[in-house]
Amino acid sequence: MILQIIADGLIVGSTIALGAIGLTMTYSLLRFANFAHGEFIAWGAYLALTFLGFFIALGGGGAMAPLGPFSFGWQLLAALVAGAIATAILALVLDWLLFDRLSAQGSAIVLTIASFGAALALRNFLQFVYGTLPAYYTRELQIAIHIVPRDVGGGLRATPDQLFVLALALVLVVGLHLFLQRTTAGRAMRAVAHNPALARVTGIDVASVVRWTWILGAILAAVAGTFAGLVGQLRPQIGFDLLLPLFAAAILGGIGSVPGAVIGGLIVGLAESAAVPLIGAEYRAAAAFGVLIAILLVRPQGLFAERAK
Amino acid sequence: MLYFRYTRNVPHIAAHLSGSMLQIRDLAKRFGGNRAVDGVSFDVHKGAIAGLIGPNGAGKTTLFNCVAGLYRPDAGTITLDGNRIDGKRTSLVHAAGLARTFQIPRPFPAMSVLENVLVGVPGQSGERFWANWFAPTRVAADEAKARETARAWIDFVGLGALEQAPARVLSGGQRKLLELARAMVADPRLVLLDEPAAGVNPALLEKIIDRIAEINRRGTSFLIVEHNMDMVMRLCHPIAVMAQGKLIAFGDADSVRRNPTVVEAYLGGAVA
Repeated sequence: MILQIIADGLIVGSTIALGAIGLTMTYSLLRFANFAHGEFIAWGAYLALTFLGFFIALGGGGAMAPLGPFSFGWQLLAALVAGAIATAILALVLDWLLFDRLSAQGSAIVLTIASFGAALALRNFLQFVYGTLPAYYTRELQIAIHIVPRDVGGGLRATPDQLFVLALALVLVVGLHLFLQRTTAGRAMRAVAHNPALARVTGIDVASVVRWTWILGAILAAVAGTFAGLVGQLRPQIGFDLLLPLFAAAILGGIGSVPGAVIGGLIVGLAESAAVPLIGAEYRAAAAFGVLIAILLVRPQGLFAERAK
Repeated sequence: MLYFRYTRNVPHIAAHLSGSMLQIRDLAKRFGGNRAVDGVSFDVHKGAIAGLIGPNGAGKTTLFNCVAGLYRPDAGTITLDGNRIDGKRTSLVHAAGLARTFQIPRPFPAMSVLENVLVGVPGQSGERFWANWFAPTRVAADEAKARETARAWIDFVGLGALEQAPARVLSGGQRKLLELARAMVADPRLVLLDEPAAGVNPALLEKIIDRIAEINRRGTSFLIVEHNMDMVMRLCHPIAVMAQGKLIAFGDADSVRRNPTVVEAYLGGAVA
């Protein structure tokens, strides 16, 4: 049982982690809590659904032929990429329409409230376009495979799709880490996150770095949304439901820290998954917040806070 | 307002003095009712190490911030080597050839010494989104060149052994040297130094003075705000003196030292 709880927690946690990375990056660069980030997740998931239909039609229509053990074919992978790009464009448009204008004159609280409004508008528009009924990328049934036999730690079963989600999340996190540590743009992003005014004085083009941040955050959010839709179902509230765990993960890890957001996401995922057998599925969100409060009492700045004061 | 022209023969800088590098004309900046900078005009000539002194609250840092592009002046003009820079964004002012350091050094603490200096290299194609996808070879070439430049300046200021250390472990004086290296990688025409001597031990201060003089010999001009009079008198020519937002004296060390208005401002006449 224990192994299964850990595996489930990691799968949920990897989705939360991908979303929390974008949230923590926008927070550390733009200094506001972006409530619309959850809607990037929902829009990413639904845009992928639209592109999936397009790619299936392109392949001659009919059912999507699954790739190996997975429930989906190449069309979903293509849709994932296209959906992520479209979500990045959505984030850039939102920044251009709203956040860029407001940050020139407004304070963090103005931006935060504006993001709340943007979230409501985006969610309702999503419902208007796609309807409120649940949707699925594929109707293919997946049988969980035994990875660890039942007599070792209660056994471990997972579907190939879940393993795919976990592996791709790991690849993206490692890729982002290398991007931030090894590339010129990554270095500029870290500099702006530490101290935007200083970065400006040293000649960094902060506007360009901000665009990078929106693009990367939105891409990861779209991937998180598509993952959530793949291992569960697509609902317009998918982003809103993930929003609080995202904030919990970002705060837990230490606002502004990408490794912190990943670890925070995994901890929140594990807490939610452990809560199901212990206190019941209704309270899984409460369990995540219990862990958050407990950690913040001991370490108020979060686990990996690295912002220059 | 009188504009003093610097013409006297001072051995190590007179050779390449010609024309105006920084021209400040009738500069004004107020915060509410407080006239922080009130109609200040002076020139820093090419190749000069100019000093800017004055009691606390004289408006020196406000003037600095106007020149560096952090504040938009309410009136007046600032010209860098013939180009107007007043009211322009800091990144554009930086690109026009002006770099600065801070009174309290501000490194990026979690980043290494090398990375701290690398962020100051201008025109890196890797910072732009599309270049990474469409011109990866140029991005790689730029990065290699930037590292070479950064390493050369880190060695120049004597921090070569600490290249990979995170900036948070540096002492106050070492941070000043790091800022100097970060300012210099941009190959600026004019460097603004905000109190380079503050909180620095005497041995390291000699090194900082020596490095500033050496950079100046290579042709870079400086404008230095400093409270350490010994350093200002040794290094700076001309010296501008501000009090209560106004320029009260401008000239060489001797004339400033003997100026009764300056003495009064410092001893509490104009500014309590």
